[in-house]
Amino acid sequence: MSELPDPGPATIATVAGAARPAVSAVVCSGLTYRFGTHTAVDHVDLRIERGETFGLLGPNGAGKTTTIRMLTTLLRPMEGTVSVLGVSAAERPMLVRRMIGYVPQLLSADATLTGHENVELFARLFDVPRSLRRDRVDGALAAMGLTEPSGRLVKTYSGGMIRRLELAQALVNSPSVLVLDEPTVGLDPIARSNVWEHIAQLRAQSDMTVLMTTHYMDEADTYCDRIALMHAGSIRATGSPGLLKAMLGDGATLDDVFRRYTGGTLDDNTEAGGIRDVRRARRTARRLG
Amino acid sequence: MTSAAPGVPPVASADPAAPGPAPFATVLLPPADTPLAVARRLTSRILTLCWVELRKIRHDRTELYTRAIQPALWLLIYGEVFTKIHAIPTPGGIPYLAYLAPGILAQSALFIAIFYGIQIIWERDAGVLTKLMVTPTPRAALISGKAFAAGLRSVVQATVVVILSALLGVALTDNPLKLIGAACIVALGSAFFSCLSMTIAGLALSRDRLMGIGQAITMPLFFSSSALYPERIMPGWLQVISKCNPLSYQVDALRGLLIGTPAHLGLDVIVLVVATVAGVTASAALLPRLAR
Repeated sequence: MSELPDPGPATIATVAGAARPAVSAVVCSGLTYRFGTHTAVDHVDLRIERGETFGLLGPNGAGKTTTIRMLTTLLRPMEGTVSVLGVSAAERPMLVRRMIGYVPQLLSADATLTGHENVELFARLFDVPRSLRRDRVDGALAAMGLTEPSGRLVKTYSGGMIRRLELAQALVNSPSVLVLDEPTVGLDPIARSNVWEHIAQLRAQSDMTVLMTTHYMDEADTYCDRIALMHAGSIRATGSPGLLKAMLGDGATLDDVFRRYTGGTLDDNTEAGGIRDVRRARRTARRLG
Repeated sequence: MTSAAPGVPPVASADPAAPGPAPFATVLLPPADTPLAVARRLTSRILTLCWVELRKIRHDRTELYTRAIQPALWLLIYGEVFTKIHAIPTPGGIPYLAYLAPGILAQSALFIAIFYGIQIIWERDAGVLTKLMVTPTPRAALISGKAFAAGLRSVVQATVVVILSALLGVALTDNPLKLIGAACIVALGSAFFSCLSMTIAGLALSRDRLMGIGQAITMPLFFSSSALYPERIMPGWLQVISKCNPLSYQVDALRGLLIGTPAHLGLDVIVLVVATVAGVTASAALLPRLAR
């Protein structure tokens, strides 16, 4: 990962001004990443328009998270490029980081701090000026319905509350692109729909682009404008959930579409997740007490 | 402007005159890129991570108390006994307990710092590290922030040891400047040892292995330094090791500042600063290994 200096304000203005009419929120072209001999992401081409809610779907091990890690500047693409609002993640990581809000797969708030402190930490790390910090932090917490418990330590929070807190952390920077990796995995159904209500509300009130990965077909069907089906490192189909279903004929569900393009069901493809995922999930559970 | 999250007003627009919704409008303008601005941002990151550490100490003080037990034992039992038997020659014939106190201070800071890497592994396991690495914080700034957060925790702990020593009748300096200087030395030493710990974390990659390595090197670092006895009574080979051990320089500086024994303050500070810079560089280079 290269660590180029942070760009000055002039750069942002240029990027924004020059690219305004045509630029997409996220563009991947020929994006490739290998772990040893295993090609995790294999020449992926993808274009996500501004304001879209885009779902990246696929079984465990399909390459969704690796794609996200390249987009969020955590991994440097081995081939091809990924850019956010026209800015290459490999070349200008610091600028890209300022434009995205990222919620990783695991519940990752700091349990030994309060909710408010968790959000304030990110406001500081994103250089939100001191004069605006309080409003920003309180606003993000309020948007996620966490004003009341914000003074409590996060170890007392439920899973759904922690997820909403992480969304507040990601929002405090007012990102252009919100990246959610499995936003509702491990949550009970009520917490899941509650998290989605908050995301939907946010979408209604802003033109933020949302990119999320999920393997809950019902969620993708309900909340995504467009989806891409990923399998074994490449994109197998892209389109609106309605279009993809219609292509298979009357009465087809997104599960059918999924099966058609990935050649199996979700349950058949879980080996790739493996013991590491399970252990990580357990560690998270233990940490959050 | 329509693009803000509810209640989250955008700070600056890249192009405020443009009609229609513009996601750019919500982009916070990054600060300028002059050397001064870069230095200010680095300072801001270090202060931020120190702020987090202070909040954590405030929320849970258990560690502060449990970690006070060991230095208390060293001072109360080991210190009192060796003061009585006059076994160890001290510069200027000062009481051994006074000679020992800065050494124990450095030891308790060392114990905090050398296991600080566990926190970074814990943050890796919890996904916190990944999130921190997606903020506009260069790796070296993140490591420096963590290092000085460890330094801050050590200073808080060291205060407990200073109070303890004073209660045992050790004649410590009451010069505020010297006390502040001592706090800086404690912070700097801990910054180095926490970088050492984070470097080992980047190599070992697991909490258990780091615990093992930490246990294995703590006591050798302690005994091969001038914390317990002056260098001149060590066997020749140990003197050589002691000369390479940053803890010796930390102890030397602390003794000079707190007890007033002859010290090489300039050299001590240079050694600690160089060691810390090297430590930050090494652990920042290993950080991607951890976050993988």
